[in-house]
Amino acid sequence: MRAAIQPRQRPPDARLLVVDGDERWRDERRAALPAHLHAGDLLVANDAATIPASLGGIHLPSGEPVEIRLAGRRSLAANDVRELTAVAFGAGDHRTRTEDRKPPPPLRPGDTLALGPLRATLRHTLGHPRLVALRFAGTADEIWAGIARHGRPIQYAHAAAPLALWDVWTAVAALPAAFEPPSAGFVLDWRLLRALVARGIGFATLTHAAGISSTGDPALDARLPLDEPYHLPSATVRAIAHAKARAGRVVAVGTTVTRALEDAARRPGGLRAGPSLATLRLGPHTPLRLVDALVTGVHEPGTSHHELLRAFAGDPLLARIDAALERRGYRGHEFGDSLLLVRQRPAVPQPAVPLRPTG
Amino acid sequence: MTMSTKPLQGLRIAITGGTSGLGLALVEALLARGAAVAFVARQAPRVEAVAARLPGTHGIAGDVSRKEEIHPLALRVTAALGGLDVLINNASSLGPVPLAPLADTECEELEAALATNLLGPFRLTRALLGALAAAAREGRPALVINISSDAATTPYPGWGAYGTSKAALLHLSRIWDQELRPHGVRVQAIDPGDMDTPLHALAVPDADPAGLKPPAVAATEIVHFIAALARREATRESRDPAPATPA
Repeated sequence: MRAAIQPRQRPPDARLLVVDGDERWRDERRAALPAHLHAGDLLVANDAATIPASLGGIHLPSGEPVEIRLAGRRSLAANDVRELTAVAFGAGDHRTRTEDRKPPPPLRPGDTLALGPLRATLRHTLGHPRLVALRFAGTADEIWAGIARHGRPIQYAHAAAPLALWDVWTAVAALPAAFEPPSAGFVLDWRLLRALVARGIGFATLTHAAGISSTGDPALDARLPLDEPYHLPSATVRAIAHAKARAGRVVAVGTTVTRALEDAARRPGGLRAGPSLATLRLGPHTPLRLVDALVTGVHEPGTSHHELLRAFAGDPLLARIDAALERRGYRGHEFGDSLLLVRQRPAVPQPAVPLRPTG
Repeated sequence: MTMSTKPLQGLRIAITGGTSGLGLALVEALLARGAAVAFVARQAPRVEAVAARLPGTHGIAGDVSRKEEIHPLALRVTAALGGLDVLINNASSLGPVPLAPLADTECEELEAALATNLLGPFRLTRALLGALAAAAREGRPALVINISSDAATTPYPGWGAYGTSKAALLHLSRIWDQELRPHGVRVQAIDPGDMDTPLHALAVPDADPAGLKPPAVAATEIVHFIAALARREATRESRDPAPATPA
């Protein structure tokens, strides 16, 4: 698959493959997305801003260079930033494919990492020598200041030039919570949001700590996605109930939104507002309870992203979609083209979404 | 702690140019009325001193005129406050000091005034618009206040760089307010009047301070403006329980 190498969120020639129930697939301009939704539908996006999660530095016990990619967090509470999960890489940078990167020096509990102005202590590894629990020194404000000054967005070897923070923040980016961009949201701009209103289509957001997408290590990649905290606003819970009551569809922008909403829909008592932790891993054996359609980027088979698509459509159909995307020259990866995939499996019967806004 | 003494309780407010003049007076006034406050200013030692003197505030060192600093600043603002309801673009540059006729103003001096007074507020607002719109969707007041000047509307000789940049900021505010209203975000330019501030002293060194408004008075007026708007937005929310979904 052709990788999109220019970091443009909305190239004028961005394409959208529309795959809906009747299998009349259409090649469309992506900016025309609202025309393919119906009045009463609700588009739900992840409004997480992307943290500059790549921190270069030195493993002090060995004196060797390391790159730390922040990858996980317990909660989205603004001051809960001292203890973070991270993936460690050895010498080198993003210009080397992650598969070919040197491993980091052996990492042991108590080791200190000097990451620019930041100091982190390794608490323990998490079942893999490169997946580590770190504790950062300082107040929450000091840690955020260090990340803001020293961190760089996680880079991609296929990109033409290093990504700046503005390249990876979506138009609706709010709280810094994502470790890699919720890139399906690159489709959004304020013109499109106005077009939704004009067509009677709702728009809502949640905040989900989109984690790292790939590490180049098969054993580690098999564990993705890690558990990811999210926050569901009460306005979004109300908007979902409102859409469902009118037979509108809930259209998730990206896999992170899908994961958060399906995780929330499985909570005891049903969908409720507030903070939570997504532990659910979606695939062919997790029928969707809430999400009716997905707007997503184009990614290769075998990735955790692709696995989630199997909750929306059976393997034969997904194989045909992959072939069509390839044949029609769709561009893959974060800044590539998009797919609107309407759920092909029947919904699990759920008469009404319980409504309990709490926060 | 009643509504009358803490009218801004729970509001998350960021302000640029927060270590002197009107900005500092606003930080003090907003904090006293219950807001959660983050402030930005260029000089780290002064930021630290103000943050230490006003516990509970979040001091952020940075320069809004520099493009590459905007997103790190926006990240620190929302991380510190857990979101954002009100952004006050207050940091201002006078242009040439002493004031100069436009014909004697260097291009670089005009560019510097535009960078601080127009491009900085544009970029920072744009970087924080997602957070402001998220606040609006949750039924919170979402507001950008751009500090303007009567020099934005009156062509005072000698104030070319400053007046031009503030006129552009005023117009930017009007257009953006029209465009963002449907998303629940308001953008307002406020002229606080001639104040006894370091900026005014640079511009008019021999002005009689007695004839100038104390910045604390202007800050109180702006606090009342924010509180009134927050009340209006709260009323709007109670009438419309599902603002995210058109009827």
